Amino acid sequence: MSSETLLTVKNLEVTFNTPKGKVHAVRGVSFDLGRERLGIVGESGSGKSQTGRAILGLTAANGAITADKMQFRDVDLANLTPKQWRKVRGARISMIMQDPKYSLNPVMTIGDQIIEAYREHHKVNAKEARLRALEMLEAVKIRDPERVFNSYPHETSGGMGQRVMIAMMLIPDPELIIADEPTSALDVTVQLQVMAILDDLVRDRGMALIFISHDLQLISSFCDRVLVMYQGHVVEELRASELHNAKHPYTKGLLNCLPKMDGDHSDLPTLEREASWAEG
Amino acid sequence: MSAVTRKNRDGRTRARLFSGKAGSLLRLVFSLAITFFGLLLVTFLIGRVLPIDPVLAAVGDRAPQAVYDRVREEMGLNLPIWQQFFIYISNILQGDFGTSVLTSNPVLEDIKRVFPATLELATIATIIGVILGIPAGVFAAINKGKWPDHVVRVIGLAGYSMPIFWLGLMGLLVFYMKLDWVAGPGRLDAFYVDFIEPTTGLMLVDTLIEGDMDLFWNAVSHIILPASILAYFSLAYIARMTRSFMLEQLSQEYILTARVKGISEHRIIWRHALGNVMVPLVTVIALSYANLLEGSVLTEIIFAWPGLGLYITNSLLNADMNAVLGGTVVVGAVFISVNMLSDVLYRFLDPRARR
Repeated sequence: MSSETLLTVKNLEVTFNTPKGKVHAVRGVSFDLGRERLGIVGESGSGKSQTGRAILGLTAANGAITADKMQFRDVDLANLTPKQWRKVRGARISMIMQDPKYSLNPVMTIGDQIIEAYREHHKVNAKEARLRALEMLEAVKIRDPERVFNSYPHETSGGMGQRVMIAMMLIPDPELIIADEPTSALDVTVQLQVMAILDDLVRDRGMALIFISHDLQLISSFCDRVLVMYQGHVVEELRASELHNAKHPYTKGLLNCLPKMDGDHSDLPTLEREASWAEG
Repeated sequence: MSAVTRKNRDGRTRARLFSGKAGSLLRLVFSLAITFFGLLLVTFLIGRVLPIDPVLAAVGDRAPQAVYDRVREEMGLNLPIWQQFFIYISNILQGDFGTSVLTSNPVLEDIKRVFPATLELATIATIIGVILGIPAGVFAAINKGKWPDHVVRVIGLAGYSMPIFWLGLMGLLVFYMKLDWVAGPGRLDAFYVDFIEPTTGLMLVDTLIEGDMDLFWNAVSHIILPASILAYFSLAYIARMTRSFMLEQLSQEYILTARVKGISEHRIIWRHALGNVMVPLVTVIALSYANLLEGSVLTEIIFAWPGLGLYITNSLLNADMNAVLGGTVVVGAVFISVNMLSDVLYRFLDPRARR
């Protein structure tokens, strides 16, 4: 971990009021983040996405966030007015969403959406913004930036859409990127391509990354450190390189569920859960 | 990779019967022609099956048999039915809708006189409905479950459930008689009526063409009350639909994306969400406009508005079949054109519908 701490989260709780009663999505999550790549792994409903959203203050209207501390450099994320939030979102902390099919506005051109993200935080004229957007499209390895710039989201493939998403979220040059399952909606063959592009850009620009995924292998190859979440708790925190030395039975169980190239090819073990894990 | 796909797609389009811009125009005209043909067939058949004898309506029930037979022959009713249909179509294509028994004018002349009155009223009403209805719906959606939402719902519900004749009479009573804010029934004060040459038949336009601002404001003060009352109904409908479309769009993923970018809530609602809401809303607005263009009999009666609804209803009550069928064809043609217009707008608003 780098010495400089970007983000400190202490005892984060996210609860939702639903017609069926209270749902406790995140229960007391704490971590520190430096200029590093942190993976948050867990199954659906483990609270990993809600942790990411809470950092951006984008919990749904029926949800409530409480935390002992949520400090991002000089900003106290726990007490921001909507106006202050807008200065943080995009400009300093940004998020890459899961599926470009739904997360891009279908009736706006890709160029307009990227320019909008840039001009919200940089006072430049339209021509300058257009140039920056084209540069950014090139940076995410889009071969024909001019054409993509003028096209609509439905005219692009999933991999292309996700590169556009990366371009759009990185163009204001934020310090922290939260990538919420950025490749889950993509074809396996383009998953690695897109991850590599994101990884390159994040390193080049010295950004911190929180990579949220259920894919242990992807996490371990692109992150420095891993938080394992189960039912809203962080059950284990370890270096990505030491994943095979995991101590918590849940992490071990997850690792056991992965197929191995060598070894026996019989049925994969099913994860056995214990109620005590959920008590943290 | 994508460039190749694009070329292929174009190649496939070219293989179709009509291609390119001119081709899509041709396809449009072709589909319009077919729809219009269907409309004529239906009105023709209605004219034949209705238990009204057009001959009797023309000659009266005391005419001798010889006169009755002669008129029947003159009307071409002795010919085989397919021949009658052919004559009917060729007449209509030449603008001949027959002569109205009631007014003894050619039906086309009558419609040219009454339709602009309805067009003017419906257009103003729709403009008011859109200008107030969309913001009301958006306002209700972003305050879902809070008091602005309830206020919009109650106002909308009232607009739906109040009978229009009652609302019209109350409007006249309050705004014309008591407050004297607006002018009474008719399209102009009786004093002015003969001053104006009907160039387009739209009073607001004609008075402007003549450059007479007194007349123009008189026409405005005549149309504003009936238009507002009609607008109330389309407003209620448009606001309700806007609210539900808006709620649907606000829960979409791309709204969250916009929030992540740090975009203002104002821009998220009016640019991002409304841009998507407008797509289905165009159809809603077009339908409500087309409904108003049929003419609204009750409003026209109360406000002595010489429009299409009043004309068709009067003709129907007097068994004036030429006028009724002519009016029906016009209403149908208006429906077809408004739908076509909304199709074009739909393509303009939604890039996904453009190919």
